[in-house]
Amino acid sequence: MARIVGVDLPKEKRGEIGLTYIYGIGRSTAQKILDSAGIDRNIKVEDWTDEQIGKIRKYVGENFKVEGELRSSVQLNIKRLMDIGSYRGIRHRTGLPVRGQSTKNNARTRKGRRRTVANKKKATK
Amino acid sequence: MSRSLKKGPFIDFKLEKRVLDMSKSGKKTVVKTWSRRSVISPDFVGHTIAVHNGNKFIPVYVTENMVGHKLGEFSPTRIFRGHGGKQR
Repeated sequence: MARIVGVDLPKEKRGEIGLTYIYGIGRSTAQKILDSAGIDRNIKVEDWTDEQIGKIRKYVGENFKVEGELRSSVQLNIKRLMDIGSYRGIRHRTGLPVRGQSTKNNARTRKGRRRTVANKKKATK
Repeated sequence: MSRSLKKGPFIDFKLEKRVLDMSKSGKKTVVKTWSRRSVISPDFVGHTIAVHNGNKFIPVYVTENMVGHKLGEFSPTRIFRGHGGKQR
């Protein structure tokens, strides 16, 4: 079982894909890691030798911010935006889209499940 | 896409000059500006700049963390007063 930066990699997958189970590593980073460690991208995770795993570990440790460290740095960036009171920070605070998307409809990823508001009373004339 | 590094950050010339003059003479006054598009440069830190939001000037006290952002980011142009519901 290959364990890299505290994450168990799925052993039945190709190395290139397996590495993407780590937070902060996607396809292209995974390819870069394997190429620079001199490992064939197509070797399954379970077929890596201990030596190869060591190489991968070393390369990841030296070059990339992954998992907890990356998560916390992202959180810090968001916190900074909120603390300085910038527009983006305010959007983070109110849980609305940050990058200028329309919010008349949709935007459900940021806004969460729909909350139906009770009908407005009709104005009596 | 971010701005070309070759050009450097954009700061309105007049605003920059006023802030620099202020730093040089050491006095601190609130500078009114309409130039929301100006990038906050390290020289601005510690000054208060009143940024127009289309209606009035919002005083922005510049801290170190704000460097690299634009003035307009700190002067919201819309006020959200909540959705209706109860009759007002």
